[in-house]
This record gives sequence, structure tokens and C-alpha cells, in this order.
Amino acid sequence: MRITAASVFVDDQQKALEFYAGKLGFLPKTDIPLGEHRWLTVVSPEAPDAVELLLEPSDHPAVGPFKAALVEDGIPFTSFGVEDVHAEYERLSGLGVRFVQPPVTQGPMTTATLDDTCGNLIQIASIAAG
Amino acid sequence: MVAYGVPMDEEVFRAIADPVRRLLLEQLALRNDQTLFELCVRLTTAGRGMSRQAVSKHLAVLEDAGLLTTRADGRTTLHHLDPSALGGVRDWIDRLAPPIKEER
Repeated sequence: MRITAASVFVDDQQKALEFYAGKLGFLPKTDIPLGEHRWLTVVSPEAPDAVELLLEPSDHPAVGPFKAALVEDGIPFTSFGVEDVHAEYERLSGLGVRFVQPPVTQGPMTTATLDDTCGNLIQIASIAAG
Repeated sequence: MVAYGVPMDEEVFRAIADPVRRLLLEQLALRNDQTLFELCVRLTTAGRGMSRQAVSKHLAVLEDAGLLTTRADGRTTLHHLDPSALGGVRDWIDRLAPPIKEER
């Protein structure tokens, strides 16, 4: 068994694709019509055969309050690894991405937290080589 | 009976009597406008990790004492340190232990 997909609940799949591909820089991988929605995934260009990120509709009534509570307290839904958090922060800020936490270094970890415009906070993180 | 300061100062003294609340103020002095999540991570990193509910209660005490305010950034709540509320504490300390003027 292996992990092929991890999902993030998005309030609008097309808007999510524009953000995750257009801003973050992931590549569209699978796009299959599925009723009123799509099986829509993106992958990292650095690892196109690795885990796919499924942009999953957040229609279920429990999802809205769940996401809102996480956003309220500043809790990232998930975390993506980057080489240089500061460089990504500058690049993404330049593209108009809103951050709720600029780069902060604590111990070996540097993190920043951004708004994915689809109802989630996403963390980007790097770990200093020990 | 002598009146010791105004009621607000009593709340400030009570608020800063707790080491966790002092640590929260110190973390906000390092970087202001933090989310509950970031403050929880910072407490954990400082070896004082505790439940989110416990941190929320400490933050509420600090807010009631006027030491911090909260505001919305989008739908996220940020905690903002307002050190001016410590003025009464400074005055009280200065009365008892006036600052020593350094001669150069």
C-alpha cells in the first residue's frame, strides 16, 4: 500500500486550480469529470510522480464549520516543504498571496502560513540541515 | 486602608503574576499579531506546551487586563500586544524602587 493522494477541501475547484497551479506552481495531473464536480489533482513539478494533491469539493455540511474553526485559530490545514521559506514568501507575496504569518524560525524549522483563497490556511516549511 | 492603584492595575498585576502569561507577552513582544496556533507552537518550543483551550484562557485574562487586543485578519484572529497597559505597573515599581541614574 502506498499513499497516492492527499486532499484539501476547497470551496471552488476552478478557483483552487488557479491558486494551486497558478500561484503555488503545482502542475495539473488528473482532471476527470465526476458528476457536478471533478476528480482534480495537482502534483509538485519537483516530484510529478509522488503524492497527488486532490482538490476536493467542500460541499459536506460539516466541512464549512471545520475549516472556519481552523482558519479562526490560524491552524494550517496542511504543510508543503520548500527549500527557502523566505524566498517563497517574497515570490508568493509578489503574486498577491496573503500570508497570516510571515517567515518565523524556531529551532531548525522555518515556517510561514498563507491563505489559499479556498477556505484554508497552508503552511510552507523548511528544516535547516543539521 | 490605602487604595492600591486603580482596579485596572490590579487586573494587570494578576495577569502578569502567571509565568505562562508572561511568556505569552514575551512572545508577542518578539513578534506582534500572532494567531492562537503560532502562540501554541511557541509555548511548545519553549517547553511550556499545553492545550489550546488553556492557552485561550490565558489570552482571555491578558485581554481582560488590557494587555492585548484581538483583531480579524480575513477570518483569522490575531493577538496584538498593547504594552501601554503596563504603565501602572512601571509607576508602582518606580515609586518603590526609583530607577538608578547611570553616570557616564
